Amino acid sequence: MSLIDSVSFPRSFRVPRLDGLIQWIVPLAIIAIWQVASVTGFVPTRVLPAPSDVLLAGWKLLLSGELARNIWVSFWRASIGFLIGGGIGFAFGLANGLSQLSNKLTDTTLQMVRNVPHLALIPLVILWFGIDESAKLFLVALGVFFPIYLNTLHGIRTVDPQLIEMGRIYGMTDGELFRRVIFPGALPSIFVGIRFALGIMWLTLIVAETIAASSGLGYMAMQAREFMLIDVVVLSILIYALLGKLADSASRVLERLTLSWHPAYWKR
Amino acid sequence: MQTALRTSLPETELASRANFAPHARVVREERPAHSSGLPLSIRALRKSYGDNEVLRGIDLHIPAGQFVAIVGKSGCGKSTLLRLIAGLEKADSGSISLGDAVKPEDIRVMFQEPRLLPWARVLSNVEVGLGRDRASSDAHSRAEEALTEVGLIDKRDQWPSVLSGGQKQRVALARALVSHPRVLAFDEPLGALDALTRISMQRLLERVWRDQGFTAILVTHDVAEAVALADRVLVIDEGRIAHDVTVNAARPRERGSAELAALEGSILGHLLSADDRT
Ligand SMILES: Nc1ncnc2c1ncn2[C@@H]1O[C@H](COP(=O)(O)OP(=O)(O)OP(=O)(O)O)[C@@H](O)[C@H]1O
Ligand SMILES: [Mg+2]
Repeated sequence: MSLIDSVSFPRSFRVPRLDGLIQWIVPLAIIAIWQVASVTGFVPTRVLPAPSDVLLAGWKLLLSGELARNIWVSFWRASIGFLIGGGIGFAFGLANGLSQLSNKLTDTTLQMVRNVPHLALIPLVILWFGIDESAKLFLVALGVFFPIYLNTLHGIRTVDPQLIEMGRIYGMTDGELFRRVIFPGALPSIFVGIRFALGIMWLTLIVAETIAASSGLGYMAMQAREFMLIDVVVLSILIYALLGKLADSASRVLERLTLSWHPAYWKR
Repeated sequence: MQTALRTSLPETELASRANFAPHARVVREERPAHSSGLPLSIRALRKSYGDNEVLRGIDLHIPAGQFVAIVGKSGCGKSTLLRLIAGLEKADSGSISLGDAVKPEDIRVMFQEPRLLPWARVLSNVEVGLGRDRASSDAHSRAEEALTEVGLIDKRDQWPSVLSGGQKQRVALARALVSHPRVLAFDEPLGALDALTRISMQRLLERVWRDQGFTAILVTHDVAEAVALADRVLVIDEGRIAHDVTVNAARPRERGSAELAALEGSILGHLLSADDRT
């Protein structure tokens, strides 16, 4: 009983403006505590630099143009890899969801490939591509492919057959049926795939850039480690977190816009 | 208790709650009932699923514009017959003829579930019913007209998920009506509604049928509903039409009158005796 009370408690105190701010209280508090702990020497700066030092390192790198360049390179790799892998995954999901023949032909193979952890391919990929751009793009695309493929396929398979029958009765052509019934019906599931894929995208990129790259955020972190610049290492990690959050927010906004018909997305 | 209380409301009260009549009158003056019904002839119709002989020779003629109700115990093949008529399924043998040059838009089916697209607003859902005319310039106004007919024009921009069960079914009815079909087949369209909503929906069905003059085929579990609405009640048993009962009561019919009650009793008798045999 008291648990339920505490869960529903914030609702009654809903102040629109404050609502958006509440989620930032905990991160800000952590940073404040971190700063105090560093300044007082409770946490040695060799282990963890103070937030102010991290910020300073970021400022210096920003001035030298290095930071912007590395962020841009990572962002570019992430997006291109995502578009390629996601695009192919979406295409296969559509084809296998809509055509029995295509499904019989490719699904088993894809399911087998899925069981290979894509990061296990890194040594092979380096042998193939060196530490070229294509190595990173390949890994990101491969990692992103499966969540999008599986969720697109699932979404199309689970569209209400009664609605499809209704569409046919009302004389929809195949194209119309896809546009008006199948695709909107599969969309919620496709978004689940996109959210999963975004997580995998960053993870893959971090690993790939750390191991085999000559630019990008992961490379910047590895360089800094060699020169014992712990503030830059921490900075890279924080930027990764920030970019991940940004990608997630973008997909949420898109979701809200396209799934506005779904009661689950109405503002409560 | 709840149901008893609802059905015992006086008729006038029910009528005042089912207040979609005023909108409809406007439409009736604007658009004369030009789409007349189609006659329907079925000969020696058979349909099996594997070893299961569902329909074993249906012979039936329905004159244009007649309102026919089909009753029968569960699994006797009522939905199968309806799906054959609507062209959703192929017969094993026999024929169904619907007069000459039938367009797909001339036959419409309404199911127990409204089957609205959750991601389309009410008005676009109704536009779906226009079939090949969906893209035409008057699609909007025709859909609006159909929504007015069922009394839901003020819900045109809503998502289906905010509508009540009865309202969703009325949108489905508007979608079926918007192409001015000449045959309208209903597969237990009111099965999932509460008693009060059912009665107001029955009145709505009867009214649009009288306005538009289509041939109506209503599959129902509810014998009282069948005798209240139909000109003719068919009882299906063992894959054939076992009884063909004409309902002569004048319209508008008085629900629960002795005449209808007697008819209902005799049809129920047919159904129960069929049930005893199995
Ligand atoms: N697609 C199908 N495949 C196999 N059997 C089917 C199929 N459709 C219906 N049947 C069978 O045909 C018989 C008649 O089914 P139908 O749905 O026409 O019954 P019904 O009279 O509409 O029943 P109810 O009143 O319960 O809706 C049932 O025995 C059912 O199992
Ligand atoms: Mg049925």
